[in-house]
Amino acid sequence: MTAQPITSPRPAADGAGEALLSVRDLTVTFGRGRKAFRAVDGVDFDVYPGQTVGLVGESGCGKSVTSLAIMGLLPGRGNTVGGRVTFAGEDLLSMPADQLRDRRGRDVAMIFQDPLSSLNPVVPLGVQVAEVIERHKGRNRSDAQQEAAAMLKKVGIPDPDRRLKEYPHQLSGGMRQRALIAMALACEPRLLIADEPTTALDVTIQAQILALLKELVSESGTALIMITHDLGVVAGLCDEVNVLYAGRIVERAQRHDLFATPRHPYTGGLLASIPRLHEERGRRLTPVPGSVSDNIPWEQGCAFAPRCANAVDVCRQQTPTLVPDRDAVGDDRLLRCHNPLTANPVDDTPTVEEDAR
Amino acid sequence: MSTPDPTPGSGPAAGPGETGAGTATAEHDVLLDVRGLKVHFPIKKGLVFDRTVGHVYAVDGMDLQIRRGETYGLVGESGCGKSTFGRAILRLEDLTEGQVLFDGTDLASLKGEELRRQRRHMQMVFQDPLGSLDPRQTVEQLLLEGMRAHGMTKDRDAHERLTDLLREVGLPRTALSKYPHEFSGGQRQRVGIARALSVDPQLIVADEPVSALDVSVQAQVINLLADLQAELGLTYLLIAHDLAVVRHISDRVGVMYLGALVEEADADDLYEAPLHPYTRALLSAVPVPDPTVEDTREQILLVGDLPSPANPPSGCRFHTRCPWRQETRCDTERPALRTVEIDGVAGSHRVACHWAEQIASGELQPHAVTVSGVTDPTLTTHDDDSALGAKDTAYPTTDGG
Ligand SMILES: Nc1ncnc2c1ncn2[C@@H]1O[C@H](COP(=O)(O)OP(=O)(O)OP(=O)(O)O)[C@@H](O)[C@H]1O
Ligand SMILES: Nc1ncnc2c1ncn2[C@@H]1O[C@H](COP(=O)(O)OP(=O)(O)OP(=O)(O)O)[C@@H](O)[C@H]1O
Ligand code: SF4
Ligand SMILES: [Mg+2]
Ligand SMILES: [Mg+2]
Repeated sequence: MTAQPITSPRPAADGAGEALLSVRDLTVTFGRGRKAFRAVDGVDFDVYPGQTVGLVGESGCGKSVTSLAIMGLLPGRGNTVGGRVTFAGEDLLSMPADQLRDRRGRDVAMIFQDPLSSLNPVVPLGVQVAEVIERHKGRNRSDAQQEAAAMLKKVGIPDPDRRLKEYPHQLSGGMRQRALIAMALACEPRLLIADEPTTALDVTIQAQILALLKELVSESGTALIMITHDLGVVAGLCDEVNVLYAGRIVERAQRHDLFATPRHPYTGGLLASIPRLHEERGRRLTPVPGSVSDNIPWEQGCAFAPRCANAVDVCRQQTPTLVPDRDAVGDDRLLRCHNPLTANPVDDTPTVEEDAR
Repeated sequence: MSTPDPTPGSGPAAGPGETGAGTATAEHDVLLDVRGLKVHFPIKKGLVFDRTVGHVYAVDGMDLQIRRGETYGLVGESGCGKSTFGRAILRLEDLTEGQVLFDGTDLASLKGEELRRQRRHMQMVFQDPLGSLDPRQTVEQLLLEGMRAHGMTKDRDAHERLTDLLREVGLPRTALSKYPHEFSGGQRQRVGIARALSVDPQLIVADEPVSALDVSVQAQVINLLADLQAELGLTYLLIAHDLAVVRHISDRVGVMYLGALVEEADADDLYEAPLHPYTRALLSAVPVPDPTVEDTREQILLVGDLPSPANPPSGCRFHTRCPWRQETRCDTERPALRTVEIDGVAGSHRVACHWAEQIASGELQPHAVTVSGVTDPTLTTHDDDSALGAKDTAYPTTDGG
């Protein structure tokens, strides 16, 4: 295996050369001075056209703050954003507000867990979708309305002409999420950020929405950042997966590699924690002990060390860095760990290449 | 309150051993016996006259038996009536119809002190530990409150008991003087479980006990529930929407759709050979944390949403979304929960589908489903995308629909 710098562009499946979005050393700090809290702590990743990149991790690890920072949607006060976010060659973080607003919606769109909060409750759905189309595609009202109906139909909302006249509260959660996806897609964005888009939905509705997102990526080449805590969703949808812990990426791998051969003890712990439909019943789960409140600061060592079964002395003394993981099975893997797993805790398959052992 | 129809010849006095209805429970020790349970909520309109304009049929004919010492998992989509059912068992909702026998006694026949005493044997654990715990009470006060209500603090070992409880649920002694907000989500759920256990119950109704927790913490609580059951011989009714979690800890599983069971079986049987079209769709929709499985499995994508429980479909409640729906019976005749004679299917496996045998044998094939006269486009545009896997199983272009 040849050495690779961390930031080397990895072409997506369709061979597109350059990253569409490139995030470097993204840092978000809430508060100041002694009370300062780093929610996102030096996050790097790239997204290529047509690629789906997953950000996974437990509650509070910084997934939403990362996406809000990229979109320039964090409230201006009380937080400091550092690093660089480059979209199609332009720096988003230093872009003037009005220009950024224009990018948002047209080039980059976002969908959230709670669709109701992103819809205006007193404006009929049709008007809201049509407005987005008018604004970003410069259509007149009646063209925009026709397009809106076509979009709703495309995302699987039956009887779109009737639905367009309804208000958000008249729709079910699944319908609202579809409507939001329709709005996001109406402008044919090049990048879509989906923050737990199906977490509030039933599995049968979730399956519909995930199918829709998959189709979108494969048909239109939209790049997708999928934010979720559900490893099942990641397994079916993402090309590349980033596992976050306490504001930092602790492991990155291609989807098959990550699940077959997790290397970070936290990733392994997550996988060993989930009951599975496709395994013998009653296996004792081996959860990660404790909770994130046991973390130590990254400056002191590995934040995960107090919960980690693999922890050795150096873990509490030296901050591990995110470096290429050359011992692992699979290419282009990154890992932040002093004493990584050598076997998958779920089924004991070795996670390192033969010659490295 | 009237005697429910599907209870052949067993009045309120019938003991657990005398249950009939082909449910194969006769040889089991039934702790909780629910018969024809209905809970309907009136929909009121008008400020002055308060007219009842309709009903939400939240629970609409539930029959199930829970055996002493087992874990019964209840699954189904949001709004299908799971929580209402759990609350009705504990008499936290008025029953519109039907009866609940706990250890052979109909709670409706009890009053005052007797009712309170019976209630002690059934406790509830909720999804949102913070919402269900009084924020102004310390853990000690929270735990003592329940015990006091049932006269269990009179003996001198109340404090010893508190310490035991905390140890059982894996909290440090120091937790006693803390308030709920000082704990993490997982710890709060441990407090909630300790509170339920504090009165020494036999049955615990756990309503989405791990849904709000991170997966690593969720696994801790699942293990805790299993340990407590082994140690204390508890019986669980576990209500959850996560099918993998339910399968993991349940002995038997019931699948609910719009107020009633559509299928019930031993956990392994249900997951290996789901008979009801809804169960099949539900199981196929669960994302599996294994890319190899995800890439190859076939999904049955359902169309549309759960219909409103205020206006449930006629006949089989699932017929509006069912890929196997037939021209006859499905929309006119409500299928009963029944055992079937199919090779390899256990006698304890019950299903409420007119066509279960023909679907299992493959004689009937699934077809496209239309909603409000509009074919769902997400389902028809997938034909060239095998990754979605929907085409072979659920939606071949056939005439049926
Ligand atoms: N406006 C804010 N002010 C202060 N702290 C904040 C703010 N927003 C988020 N945080 C903190 O930043 C951390 C990361 O939050 P974030 O919302 O990104 O988590 P997440 O990974 O999206 O979690 P979840 O899965 O619960 O959505 C958390 O500890 C959170 O409490
Ligand atoms: N007190 C009430 N008055 C009127 N309707 C109610 C009441 N409680 C519940 N309902 C309705 O009854 C139906 C069943 O609700 P229930 O909470 O039992 O569902 P559930 O299966 O627990 O759903 P979830 O998975 O979302 O918790 C829903 O349509 C709900 O809106
Ligand atoms: S660096 Fe050490 S403490 Fe951190 S996860 Fe790896 S082994 Fe555990
Ligand atoms: Mg979030
Ligand atoms: Mg509920």
